[in-house]
Amino acid sequence: MELICPAGTPAALKAAVEAGADAVYCGFRDETNARNFPGLNFSREELRAAIALAHERGVKVLVAINTFARAGALDVWHRAVDDAVEAGADALILADVGLLDYASRRHPDQRLHVSVQAAAANPDVIRFYVEAFGARRVVLPRVLSVAEIAAIVREVDCETEVFVFGGLCVMAEGRCSLSSYVTGKSPNMQGVCSPASHVSYHEADGGTVSRLGDFTINVFAEDEPVGYPTLCKGRFRTEHGAGYIFEEPVSLDAATQLLGLHEAGVTALKIEGRQRGRAYIERVVRSFRQALDALEAGLPVETTELIAMTEGQATTVGAYRKTWR
Amino acid sequence: MPSRTSAISTVSPLLALAMRPLPLLPLQPLLAVLLHRIERRHSGIFERLGDHAGKRFGIRPTDLPFAFVLEPKPLHPRVSAVRYLPGRLDACVSGTLAALVGLVEGAFDGDALFFSRDLRIEGDIEAVLALRNAIDDAQIDLVGEALDGLGPLKAPAERILRDML
Repeated sequence: MELICPAGTPAALKAAVEAGADAVYCGFRDETNARNFPGLNFSREELRAAIALAHERGVKVLVAINTFARAGALDVWHRAVDDAVEAGADALILADVGLLDYASRRHPDQRLHVSVQAAAANPDVIRFYVEAFGARRVVLPRVLSVAEIAAIVREVDCETEVFVFGGLCVMAEGRCSLSSYVTGKSPNMQGVCSPASHVSYHEADGGTVSRLGDFTINVFAEDEPVGYPTLCKGRFRTEHGAGYIFEEPVSLDAATQLLGLHEAGVTALKIEGRQRGRAYIERVVRSFRQALDALEAGLPVETTELIAMTEGQATTVGAYRKTWR
Repeated sequence: MPSRTSAISTVSPLLALAMRPLPLLPLQPLLAVLLHRIERRHSGIFERLGDHAGKRFGIRPTDLPFAFVLEPKPLHPRVSAVRYLPGRLDACVSGTLAALVGLVEGAFDGDALFFSRDLRIEGDIEAVLALRNAIDDAQIDLVGEALDGLGPLKAPAERILRDML
């Protein structure tokens, strides 16, 4: 299985390459990718240099252009596709069917991957992307069990990629409107979930209050680990009591599921976190590289303790092992 | 939910106490030289900061008896040591000296420090993120830059400083 690693900056890409990535994914410094955060991402020149550096080391670079094109501004997304192809990207990660259509017609030899933002979660829709646009790989949403992934792999004629570590989006990705509802901006259109411009933190009553727009997302006690200020991981008071309604602040860690995913026929494993620093990239990528090497050598998979890197200082295997609650 | 256990070291309280009466003025030229070196060798920081380069950041090492005000303007960047942070700042970042230096040097991940409460941020979060990302990409050896020019004394001085952290 290939190890696909995140990079929000050229320095992070270098760290991922050195830590053992088979491929690195990144995006342009604009609204065309789903991690359009301040100070993050690549200029055209930086992408060209990064691809050259990665290719020297035998590492592929996948360019995420995975937001949905804004009406009246299609040229921004078309230019991103053209520039990524020109820079020598090994694959484009796309979600918008219009953009998939453009890329497949304009650059018929370019390898295309279907982004997790497309929420392609069943064989029928995956077959559509393969037949209509020649998609070679689909990144599966984080809502499927290992058994469900195995069933999909058996029925589709393309590679599959799944997330194994990092931020856990529990919604139908590409269709979630929670951030948009509160801030007017979403990962789907502007590339930002719970944008920093709408986030505030302040200390009150011995705790840290996190707010998104006009909403209080959480109040963390002094000794309690903190999470991202997203509505889906907010703690709210309802008629049923106070608590986490959708999901707790927690990160995905599927290191214990690697054998199952391998047996399911998955092609590639993805680490989330283009918004994270070099220290995260280096440590998480190295840990999964060692785990994958052990798996391929038929040795027991010994995973490194990565809890310090996780949101809320807690991990879950997410939907890979579904249980009712 | 697990309770907080910080693995980040702190400056010895005795050392911090000993620093309390020292004047801050002699720090100023050293900080200016350090900032000038970083500006010269890592000019990409300003491009990544974009519009946020005009913001004023408070940097508060929680285990030291002073703080810093950083103004990363591309042509005239400034950093000053202050006893207390002024009220009119765009954003403030607080953490132990080791956490802050480790963040600048890429030894620690900013989000991880935030999750574990080793880093506190207030004010303009967008500006803080831009600064964090710009600095992380720059791959700054902060301690090395600070001691550059000491010649043969640099290596032992660096060992002492890193031991303190």
